Amino acid sequence: MSKIAGRFQQLAAQGRKALIPYIVAGDPEMALTVPLMHALVAAGADIIELGVPFSDPMSEGPVIQKAHERALANGARLRDALDMVQTFRERDADTPVLLMGYANPVEHMGYGVFADRAAEAGVDGLLTVDIPPEEVAGVNAELHRVGMDNIFLVAPTTPSARIKAIVDQASGFIYYVALKGVTGAGNLDAADVARHLALIREHTTLPLAVGFGIKDAASARLVGASADGVVVGSALVACVARAASEGVDHEGLVRAASALVAEIRAGLDSIASR
Amino acid sequence: MTTEMTSRIFASVPDAEGRFGVYGGKFVAETLMSALSELEALYRKLSQDAEFQRELDEDLAHYVGRPSPLYEARRWSDRVGGARIYLKREDLNHTGAHKVNNTVGQALLAKHMGKRRVIAETGAGQHGVATATIAARLGLECHVFMGEEDVRRQALNVYRMKLLGATVVPVTSGSRTLKDAMNEAMRDWVTNVDDTFYVIGTVAGPHPYPMLVRDFQCVIGREARAQSLARTGRLPDALVACVGGGSNAIGLFHPFLEDEAVAMYGVEAGGHGVASGEHAAPLSAGTPGILHGNRTYLMQDEDGQIMHTHSVSAGLDYPGVGPEHSWLKDIGRVNYVTINDDEALRAFHDLTRTEGIMPALESAHALAYAEKLAATMTPEQHIIINLSGRGDKDIHTVADIDGTDF
Repeated sequence: MSKIAGRFQQLAAQGRKALIPYIVAGDPEMALTVPLMHALVAAGADIIELGVPFSDPMSEGPVIQKAHERALANGARLRDALDMVQTFRERDADTPVLLMGYANPVEHMGYGVFADRAAEAGVDGLLTVDIPPEEVAGVNAELHRVGMDNIFLVAPTTPSARIKAIVDQASGFIYYVALKGVTGAGNLDAADVARHLALIREHTTLPLAVGFGIKDAASARLVGASADGVVVGSALVACVARAASEGVDHEGLVRAASALVAEIRAGLDSIASR
Repeated sequence: MTTEMTSRIFASVPDAEGRFGVYGGKFVAETLMSALSELEALYRKLSQDAEFQRELDEDLAHYVGRPSPLYEARRWSDRVGGARIYLKREDLNHTGAHKVNNTVGQALLAKHMGKRRVIAETGAGQHGVATATIAARLGLECHVFMGEEDVRRQALNVYRMKLLGATVVPVTSGSRTLKDAMNEAMRDWVTNVDDTFYVIGTVAGPHPYPMLVRDFQCVIGREARAQSLARTGRLPDALVACVGGGSNAIGLFHPFLEDEAVAMYGVEAGGHGVASGEHAAPLSAGTPGILHGNRTYLMQDEDGQIMHTHSVSAGLDYPGVGPEHSWLKDIGRVNYVTINDDEALRAFHDLTRTEGIMPALESAHALAYAEKLAATMTPEQHIIINLSGRGDKDIHTVADIDGTDF
């Protein structure tokens, strides 16, 4: 069983929800990514989703677009993201780490080379926004060769027949996109999310995590009631960016990020304890 | 290879997955996948539908003003020497470029799908104007995404779009040019996918766009082929067209692909010279990758990041190219070459002074290459150049370079 699947199983046994924070590798500074990853775990993260900077992040709203631009300006590339995971693994062998990004940097490195290097660095899964099941055969063969999960998106616009095709290719968990839009949009509808999750569950027993539009303890609690986990991206990236722009030192910046994650953790755990 | 085999190859792309060989495909976020399937299904149905074809032909004849003339540029041919040069006058279309051939077609699709809002990306502004135009005619809400840098250098077209009732959205992310406008249009589409039709302006993007934009632009080559036969009793020896995303080029080339004796030249923007790195020539100097929903040749760095491009012509300033061009390059059917900024500018002035036809800077790239090509040919041979657009929109750019203030 993969580390990601194991973590979901363990949480389910405890009646808890997975908290999956997202940050961009190299944002706001190269040296801060690994300390941030450790701090997120200490504050209650179950899985880390590390964004791979790309010049054309088509599915991102303004907050995460700017994070990609900052990271690229700092020189962060796919190989740096892999190095950061490798460094993270020196002190944390257990927390699953997932890379999230776009097809081209992975394709350019080569699917086989990527799979080998990612496995060696200790990456547990890959989520490429722009590789749908129709195009995934090449990359999936390489990921499966090294025992890595491929995480797929299911959207509110995904019809039932496609859900089946997607879950057939997926492992680890399914990432449900809570709204039609880019990351960080605000129009979250928890009842609609719950309806869609029920639909997906007709096709799979894989855990379901929900992202896009979850920004605080309240929204996490609302969505977490029907999901197995939540992804928090833009809110966390904005929190880090705000601290950086205010000139807060490294320690203060890490503290601000930890405080947000701890607050969302408490929100999620209040569902479990009910 | 027999002629029959050749024709089967050209008719077989794209395949059911939208691939041209290894290129093309559908590399987009899941949210858009069912919208693309819906569009593909509708298009496959309507493209076989006589009533839809009649509507389209009617619009092309009476709204766009087709057929466009095939004009023999006698003085310019004499001056250049060598082959006789004919210009396919897409600059005479309504709105002044080939772009409108595609927007009338996609607007009909939008109407059949019941969408009330259209969006578009634009570089030089010609596709934005063509989309705003058809939106005005059909009473559709229209948003055009345009890089901030292009908004500055194409102020005339920005104002035209506003006059037509469109909202022009300046894009400030990334390099602030066409590729970033396309990113932003995709973001809008993913947010408003229920009521919005994305009118892509070139033969790029996810399947089915490269196929349907090609089909709508093929009217250029079909007419040119018939006009050449009627006027000269034979086919041309060579075709020349500029290639940014590549819609005017594929429109001219495609109906001639099976005519093995017709040579084809796609002219990319060499900018300050391919060796300088400041250009927009992915087919000549790039490598395959994935951007904007398809696999194609791209200008990218060693880490797969998309590079900034440069061209004096906003419409060619794009780091990718339509996937069918990538395939045509690999199989060797079309030759892809480059023309630098200064050569294109010289051709702009030459044609204006010798024929009284002011070409778009994009089309001037094709003219400049045809000059070189014609000189290697004989007066019995013919070249057709796609004069894809008129140059009014570029007057400010040309004046700035000449140091003229008006």
